Amino acid sequence: MVVVIFMKIGTKTLKEGFAKMQKGGVIMDVVTPKQALIAEKAGAVAVMALHAVPADIRARGGVARMADPAIIEKIMKTVTIPVMAKVRIGHFAEAQVLEELGVDMIDESEVLTPADEQFHIDKKKFKIPFVCGARNLGEALRRMNEGAAMIRTKGEPGTGDVAEAVKHVRQINREVEELVSFQKHRGMLRSKAEEFGVPFALVEETAKQGRLPVVNFAAGGIATPADAALMMQLGVDGIFVGSGIFKSSHPERYAKAIVEATRSYGRPEVVLKVSKGLGDAMHGIDAKSLQDSQKMQLRSH
Amino acid sequence: MRVGVIAFQGAVSEHMRMVDAVLGSGSALAVRRAEELDDVSAAIIPGGESTTIGRLMRNSGVFEKLKQLGDGGFPIWGTCAGMIMLAKEGDEQAKRTGELLGLMDMKVKRNTFGRQRESFEEELEVKGIGKSHCVFIRAPAAERVYGKCKAIAHLGKYVVAAEQENLLATAFHPELTNDLRLHRYFLEKAR
Repeated sequence: MVVVIFMKIGTKTLKEGFAKMQKGGVIMDVVTPKQALIAEKAGAVAVMALHAVPADIRARGGVARMADPAIIEKIMKTVTIPVMAKVRIGHFAEAQVLEELGVDMIDESEVLTPADEQFHIDKKKFKIPFVCGARNLGEALRRMNEGAAMIRTKGEPGTGDVAEAVKHVRQINREVEELVSFQKHRGMLRSKAEEFGVPFALVEETAKQGRLPVVNFAAGGIATPADAALMMQLGVDGIFVGSGIFKSSHPERYAKAIVEATRSYGRPEVVLKVSKGLGDAMHGIDAKSLQDSQKMQLRSH
Repeated sequence: MRVGVIAFQGAVSEHMRMVDAVLGSGSALAVRRAEELDDVSAAIIPGGESTTIGRLMRNSGVFEKLKQLGDGGFPIWGTCAGMIMLAKEGDEQAKRTGELLGLMDMKVKRNTFGRQRESFEEELEVKGIGKSHCVFIRAPAAERVYGKCKAIAHLGKYVVAAEQENLLATAFHPELTNDLRLHRYFLEKAR
C-alpha cells in the first residue's frame, strides 16, 4: 500500500517539470493510432492527437473543435509516450473533458476555432499542464500568468512555411533581450509589466533568466529537417510538427529525419545526411499569400 | 573534475545547473558523442522520454560506451527515464523502450503511478540523505531489486531510489528542486 503523508498533485513544479522532460524533442500531430505508432517509433517525445492536421483543417473550413475523445483514448492506449490534445481557446469545458480522459497535456490552440473572443482558459484550475501559442513576449507572459506550463512560439499552422515561426521566435528573443537590458531599471521593467498586463514578478523573472521562464517550443510551418535545425539554432527548446510529417510523401522517413535534425541541430553534416532522399515535403502555402482572416496565428492576443 | 550529462533530450540543463552548483561553474559537460565520455569522471542520464533517449544513445555509440564504463566502476546516475535505462529488466512498457543498459540488478516498471494527471510530489526518507522532497513525473519505479542492488528509498511496495556500488538510480527528479544533497552524494562516488 502507498502510504500518503504529504502527497501533492497538479502543482506548478509538476506541470512545468513535465514540459522540461520534453525538451530537445519533437512532438508530432497524429490523427489515428497508426500514425501515433509511427511517431513513437520514429522517436517523438509525445504526440498531439487531433481530428485533422492543420493543413486539412485549413482546407476543410467550418468550425474546428476538440477531437473525438474515443480517438484520443485509442491513441492513449496505443503508445507509451505522452499524449496531448487540443481544445478551442477559452473552451474550458472541452478542457475539463480532456482532463477527465487523462491526456498528459492540453494545447489551448488557435488551430481550432476560438470559443471565447475575450478570455483564455483559467489554466491554474486544472491538474494537468497546458501549452499555449504566442507571437510575442507579452502574449507568452499573459498565457503563463493564466497558468500555461509551456509556450509554443506560433508560426502559421498548416502552411509548411517556416517564415512566420522564424519571425515570432526572433520577436520574442528581441523582447527578452530588451528586458535583460532593463534589469537595473525597475521602473522600465514595471512599465513593461503594465504594457503586457502581467505581474511585475513575471517580467523580473524573465529578465533574470534571460529567456522565457517556461519551456518554449517552435510550432507552425515546420516541414523539413533543416526547418527544425533552423528553429533550434534560433534558441527554442524543441519542435512541434503538425502537417509536416503526415502530409509528406514518406511520413516514417520524415519523422525520423526531423527527430535526428532536432537533436543534432548544430551539426550540418548530420542534417545533410538525414535530408537526403526524403521524397517530397508537404506542398504547403506561402504564408504571405494568406489574408489576415485566414491566419490562425491572429486568433489570440 | 568534470561530469557529463547525457544531452540528447529531457532535463539536461537542470542537471548541469546542479552539477555546477556543487563543483563550480563549467564542471558539467553536455555529452552527445561517445568520445566525450573520455573527458568526464561521472555521467548522469536525465529524465525525458526513455524511448527517445534510448534510441539516440544507441545510434550515437554512447550506449555501448556507457555500458562498458559502468561495468568497470565508472559512476553513473539515472533519474526517471535514466533509471529505466540503467535497469537489467523492465516490464512490458519498459521493453518497448528498446535495449536497456542492464547495469543495475532491478526490474523497473515504466509509468508506475500513471499518467501526468497522477504525477505527484512527496516527502520521502532517502537512506544516506535524510528526508527529501521528491518530484515524480510519469515516474517509473523498481518492482524489485536483487543481487548487489540496494534500495535506498521506498514508496509503498515500490523502490524509488536504489544504489549499486558506482551506480545510482532515482525515479524522482532532484534536479527540479534546489536540494543539492543527492547530487553531492553521487559526485562523492567520482572523487
